[in-house]
Amino acid sequence: MQTTIEINEATAVPVAAAKPGLTTSLAGMSDRAIAWLFISPTIVLLLAINIFPLIWTIYMSFTNYKANMGWVKYRSVGTENYVDILTDSDIWTAMQTTAHFVFWSILFEVLLGFGLALLINRKFRGHSLWTTIILLPMMLSPAVVGNFWTFLFQPQIGLFNYIVGFFSAADPGSFQMIGDVNLAPWTIVLVDTWMWTPYVMLICLAGLRSIPDSIYEAAEVDRASTWRTFWSVTLPMVMPFLMLAILFRAIENFKMFDMVNLLTNGGPGSLTETVSITLKRAAFEKWQTGWSSALAIILFLAVFGAANIYVKVLNKVKQR
Amino acid sequence: MNGKATAHSVVEASARSKWISGAVVVFYALVTITPLLWIVLTSFKTPTDSIAYPPKVISEPSLEGYCNLFTIRSRQAPEYMASLPPATGYCDKIARERNMVIAGPSKTPGRLLNSLVIGFGSTFLAVFLGTLAAYAFSRFKVPLKDDLMFFILSTRFMPPIAVAIPIYLMYRQLGMTDTHFGMILLYTAVNVSLAVWLLKGFIDEIPREYEEAALVDGYTRLQAFVKTVLPQAATGIAATAVFCLIFAWNEYAFAVLLTSGVAQTMPPSIPFLIGEGGQDWPAVAAGTTLFVIPILVFTVLLRKHLLRGITFGAVRK
Repeated sequence: MQTTIEINEATAVPVAAAKPGLTTSLAGMSDRAIAWLFISPTIVLLLAINIFPLIWTIYMSFTNYKANMGWVKYRSVGTENYVDILTDSDIWTAMQTTAHFVFWSILFEVLLGFGLALLINRKFRGHSLWTTIILLPMMLSPAVVGNFWTFLFQPQIGLFNYIVGFFSAADPGSFQMIGDVNLAPWTIVLVDTWMWTPYVMLICLAGLRSIPDSIYEAAEVDRASTWRTFWSVTLPMVMPFLMLAILFRAIENFKMFDMVNLLTNGGPGSLTETVSITLKRAAFEKWQTGWSSALAIILFLAVFGAANIYVKVLNKVKQR
Repeated sequence: MNGKATAHSVVEASARSKWISGAVVVFYALVTITPLLWIVLTSFKTPTDSIAYPPKVISEPSLEGYCNLFTIRSRQAPEYMASLPPATGYCDKIARERNMVIAGPSKTPGRLLNSLVIGFGSTFLAVFLGTLAAYAFSRFKVPLKDDLMFFILSTRFMPPIAVAIPIYLMYRQLGMTDTHFGMILLYTAVNVSLAVWLLKGFIDEIPREYEEAALVDGYTRLQAFVKTVLPQAATGIAATAVFCLIFAWNEYAFAVLLTSGVAQTMPPSIPFLIGEGGQDWPAVAAGTTLFVIPILVFTVLLRKHLLRGITFGAVRK
């Protein structure tokens, strides 16, 4: 008896399909109805968790609401918060700090990542294993990364300080990567580069592999020098991929919070205070909810603009 | 490699240049992996060895960090220590050597459990919703498709702190602050955008002919989806799930701002393992090691799909 049923299901497809199943009520649905049934839960969730809060944020950004004193009556302050933020020199300092962090970390990641990709693309023996090892840092939790680098950066006992001291004759206890005014801005760049170089490398590698061999052969026929081939074949062909990596890293680093928060917590003073740290301090330490909502909206607009460009590049790369 | 080695090829690098490239890449790989190895090594040191100068590479292996990670201890007077029966377990013995007794389990197991529950819960939901939406976007004419897809992806780019402000207020209003359900919902919302984009890429690659054949055979759309598309998308669904799981496992900003005890996950708690006289580095290292190992394993397993995952499915290889 049991075998008969099995055979039925495996071979007699039309019979099986005609059997009324769990989906009877859905079975007669048009494609259009199914499309909406499938898409709407996602859209509803995103509206509830992202868009509704966003609208709420916009509303609050025009008030002087303080979340820790919910019982106090708050009032509309018009565009006061926005004017205040855009004329606040501390915000501009934070923006500069962020720009410094974004610019240098991306520059190093591109140079190292692209360089490594060129080398790995020569397909030496065992390249796949070593590539996997290089990729590991980018999969880790930025928070955990920021935290364990504080251990490596300990003066005296930290491994980083010891190794630098070993090779430079500087006393490992004489400098503090995290506490020093001159070094701290570079410390966050260093850790970010360590973590995200593999990201740029992996995307560049995909770009290099997308270049058909025939183009290189044509360049060889034309007797183009290695240097010339690099500038007029390799680089232009990898460019869309590189742009993809740069844009994504720029957006992510612009809003960087977790790694910096645990590595330097914006310190010393507010020297490594990126805008996300400023926002956290204003929203969850000073509880200036209205003011920080306005800052959040400004940040969101900036990111949204960049994301728009990112998706355009993304679609361009997709067609390759 | 393919027997044509005699001919000069422009595409294939020379043996010498391969050797040099290999050496440079291996050097970079060793440098880049050192911090991680150092943390793993530190997790097996005693607190004294962990802060020794010069840093010790070889030291007496100890599981004290792991003991400290999972227990809370209290210092006792020597008279009281002497009155105790002999130590029973390994951790107990170490605690006694430090004039302490184990007072009970720490919060770590609970936090690991929270990480697992929230991670798997949000992954399941995100992949479930994502598969449905991705199928619809892949196969049907949806009005404003490009705009909807952009909208879905754009939510991924919102700065977490900016989202956390209204979410905090909303959850407080609804009594969802510091609950598993609240965190699962939040992580689902963040992950669903990745899931839709990634899965759309995977489903786009499945030939439509299979479904059309099934439709001709008398299946309905839904049956065709369940019986032909889902099995073929299984690898893609699994890869997507791993990406979602890694995100939820690693997430810190929402966790630190929106949870405090009941639903707190691992990332916000690892930095705060304080021992006597400062941070308990072996315990921090032990926590980090345990936390990181699953990710390392998944990364190796995911190797083939990594590129897709980090480019929302746009770059396929």
